[in-house]
Amino acid sequence: MSNYIEKDANHDGIDRRGFLKCMAWAGTGMVWAMKGGLLSARAFGADASAQGADFTFVQVSDSHVGFNKGAYTDVVGTFQTAVSRINALPKAPSLVLHTGDLSHLSKPAEFDTVAQVMKSIKTERLFFVPGEHDYFVDGGKRYLERFGKGTMGTGWQSFDYRGVHFIGLVNVANISNGQTALGEIGHEQLEWMEKDVAGLGSSTPIVVFAHVPLWTVYEKWGWGTVDSAQALSYLKRFGSVSVLNGHIHQILQKVEGNVTFHTARSTAFPQPAPGAAPSPGPMKNIAADKIKGYLGLTRVDYVEHTGTLATTDSTLADEA
Amino acid sequence: MKPAKYSLLASSVVSAIIGIQVSSNPAPADPPAPVAATSYPPATHSAAANVRIDNFSFQPRELVIAVGTTVTWQNADDVPHTATSKGDPQVFDSGALDTDEKFSFTFSKPGKYAYYCKVHPHMTGVITVK
Repeated sequence: MSNYIEKDANHDGIDRRGFLKCMAWAGTGMVWAMKGGLLSARAFGADASAQGADFTFVQVSDSHVGFNKGAYTDVVGTFQTAVSRINALPKAPSLVLHTGDLSHLSKPAEFDTVAQVMKSIKTERLFFVPGEHDYFVDGGKRYLERFGKGTMGTGWQSFDYRGVHFIGLVNVANISNGQTALGEIGHEQLEWMEKDVAGLGSSTPIVVFAHVPLWTVYEKWGWGTVDSAQALSYLKRFGSVSVLNGHIHQILQKVEGNVTFHTARSTAFPQPAPGAAPSPGPMKNIAADKIKGYLGLTRVDYVEHTGTLATTDSTLADEA
Repeated sequence: MKPAKYSLLASSVVSAIIGIQVSSNPAPADPPAPVAATSYPPATHSAAANVRIDNFSFQPRELVIAVGTTVTWQNADDVPHTATSKGDPQVFDSGALDTDEKFSFTFSKPGKYAYYCKVHPHMTGVITVK
């Protein structure tokens, strides 16, 4: 039960000395290893499979600093645990991406704590995109003051790292405007994005990171981005596109042509599967000592030459 | 749905009684009813109504009230919500309501006031003021 392959799109029987053993504890994050321009995901606690990778980077998400309800009374502690897992990696990640909902209520003290915790990560650079919790209180003002350096508009940005082009999109600004029930990138940012990728060779690996999923996970709960198809249309000609999102506090993955979509777990609390509860609120009625059973482990195996990802999930309780 | 256009004259009469408060305490006593500002009948019972925010929904989602009624929203969820009117100009905005927090607004003009949650805009509601 804890070791089945959930997604193995190709079934090509490639023997890659067995799959990379990739475990991600839900309260931590994903490690992404870049090799030959193709992205592979694995998790914390994996063996030194990052050896041989060109570089690695880590995604953390939904730290929700300031939240303190139910069984989730120490979100700073679990966030710090995630960081200590990162710092214990055999190969330090070059970059760390936080995919939003840094804070719970955009309070200055919450943002300050996030900055402190993130600063303790051993890495070259940190990147952020906001979640709606970082935006709705004041239109992103405090967020942008602290984390918006070098970004444009509502906080979007792009950069190159060792041949890989990273694009950080903001799809939460219009949520608080009430213009849409889903995430929205918006015209101005889309125009910027189209120009941003226009000069890139089609063999350039692309990594897009944004808070709300860039595909429709569950419309009823607002889990999607209304104009994501437009953004993805600019990326059709690229051979390798990886989309990393947060927001839904659980791992979901989808492969569509050249695009791999992946959502990360939260470092703070889990949310129910789409439609599995009356509302998307934090999962309730979980005893403190059972949280590990509801959080969990994700192993992601990457078949390098095809660029596909195979995901295996198990709970922390399974591991014990 | 856009809120009704304001008449400066009429609104100057009733704007004095518009009260906005965010607090954990129960709303204070009802404000005085508007006097002769409109031809609408005054509320026949208590000029107060409640909307409970629970399970990512406004309950009741649609509320019909008389002019002068004070509506109080209370958040019963584990996560923050807002009650924010749609349209321009914005008529009311609770700001972040954390668990158990309340927001009250007194409606002094007839009209249909559509509102939403700024954090979860799939949450919507309507206050109809007659």
